[in-house]
Amino acid sequence: MLNMTDIMETITMIQEENLDIRTITMGISLLDCCDSDIERSCNKVYEKIYRCAKDLVQTGCDIEQKYGIPIINKRISVTPIAMLVGASGGDPLKYALTLDKVAKDVGVNFIGGFSALVHKGFSPGDRELIESIPRALAATEYVCSSVNIGSTKSGINMDAVKTMGSVIRKTAELTADKQCIGAAKLVVFCNAPEDNPFMAGAFHGAGEPDCVINVGVSGPGVVRAALKKAGQDCDLTQVADIIKRTAFKITRMGQLVGSEASKRLGVPFGIVDLSLAPTPAIGDSVAHILEEIGLEKCGAHGTTAALALLNDAVKKGGVMASSNVGGLSGAFIPVTEDAGMIEAARSGALTIEKLEAMTAVCSVGIDMVVIPGDTPLEVISGILADEAAIGMINSKTTAIRLIPAIGKDEGEELEFGGLLGNGPVMKINKMSPAVMINRGGRIPAPIQSLKN
Amino acid sequence: MRAVITVIGKDMVGILAKVSTCCAEANANVIEVTQSVLQEFFAMVMLIDIENMNCDLGQLRENLKQNVPGMKIHVMHEDIFNSMHRI
Repeated sequence: MLNMTDIMETITMIQEENLDIRTITMGISLLDCCDSDIERSCNKVYEKIYRCAKDLVQTGCDIEQKYGIPIINKRISVTPIAMLVGASGGDPLKYALTLDKVAKDVGVNFIGGFSALVHKGFSPGDRELIESIPRALAATEYVCSSVNIGSTKSGINMDAVKTMGSVIRKTAELTADKQCIGAAKLVVFCNAPEDNPFMAGAFHGAGEPDCVINVGVSGPGVVRAALKKAGQDCDLTQVADIIKRTAFKITRMGQLVGSEASKRLGVPFGIVDLSLAPTPAIGDSVAHILEEIGLEKCGAHGTTAALALLNDAVKKGGVMASSNVGGLSGAFIPVTEDAGMIEAARSGALTIEKLEAMTAVCSVGIDMVVIPGDTPLEVISGILADEAAIGMINSKTTAIRLIPAIGKDEGEELEFGGLLGNGPVMKINKMSPAVMINRGGRIPAPIQSLKN
Repeated sequence: MRAVITVIGKDMVGILAKVSTCCAEANANVIEVTQSVLQEFFAMVMLIDIENMNCDLGQLRENLKQNVPGMKIHVMHEDIFNSMHRI
């Protein structure tokens, strides 16, 4: 028989502590939609996505009803569109508009995969797609874009790093009247995962099945509440154990929802992404977990150690709860999407240098950071290169989302609303890395890549 | 297949009766009820059999909310508790 304490615990987690399923993401391969004519190709893309995903949103709602657990987002990820552009040629914007239309028609929150993988070099379609990103993100509402510029196996494509510096700025400029929101939907990756259900970086890798369901869980509030209940007397080993136990329960729920969705939709179940994903809502913050562990403010010395403990404990707890773990799996530290991070950045406790250090021990990179609108392009590229280097050397994913706030400077703020939140323009070191960035070429793959 | 109904809120006459009536109308058999009243605070957990129910859990939840206003009511399939708390 179910025990009353367990039942009440689950209900408290959902009601008071913001436990939810962050996303059910359907990955759809578009490789069979390739055509030498871009119009035909777009028609096939629309038709296939619509056919696969037409029941996705309704199924998500039905599962919410059955289990009484909120499923915040229903999303779609597709094969990197640069591969289709390579075959069809033409203006990649057509694909972006097709994706936007089908996303709207099936009712999902976002569609990811306006992407290019250029970690070792550009193939046909890649450059055209990358150049079209600013226009595509300005002309669409639901489309998310990502570019993989480096990997542990292949090194860092510094030509792509240079290009992305200007693409990020251009994207922000073209959406300057909408709080530069385009840049919030553009991720630059090193070691991009092929099965990530989280936006804006989701795409459906070439090694994935035709259609697949991936699930991302959430629950920073639950972890924080469990730590708060345990009090300040327990040592850090006990803290790690509490986080593991909580992560286990959260992930079990993700596993349950994922397998149910896969059964109902008749699509194989891919992975559960074990990430702790914050939202700007009070009580749903990763920074507040770090503060609960015992920091005056996120960003204080000790933050990197606390985050390392948190990130590792989340994985250890979650991995046993799911049959297949994948995606980013770890703690997210997006500044504008996390109430505690926003506070810390406003008060000056959290600097971009500290964030960079934190990204060495968590699952993403400099994420949702607002920088001054006049930041030189080479400085933006410099930030990308630094983050990619951390990912490459540590054999981990780093995902960078920078938002140049056009026309704004330090102390001012951007307000995106919704899950993307708001945040202050952060101080940037403007010493120029121009000569290095303009050298171009490739940073060779590190010795860590020679594992065979 | 079973589901769990929880009702929490200020105590008043007839909560259990109203909840049971809604279950009967939905053709859901009540298997077990745990209920307690602490001062004015009412808390109830009810386990029901939903194998032969004539509506879905969402509809049952809506009916309960309409018939027992002012209370926090949750209707959830038992699998969520089992998967979270049992290995």
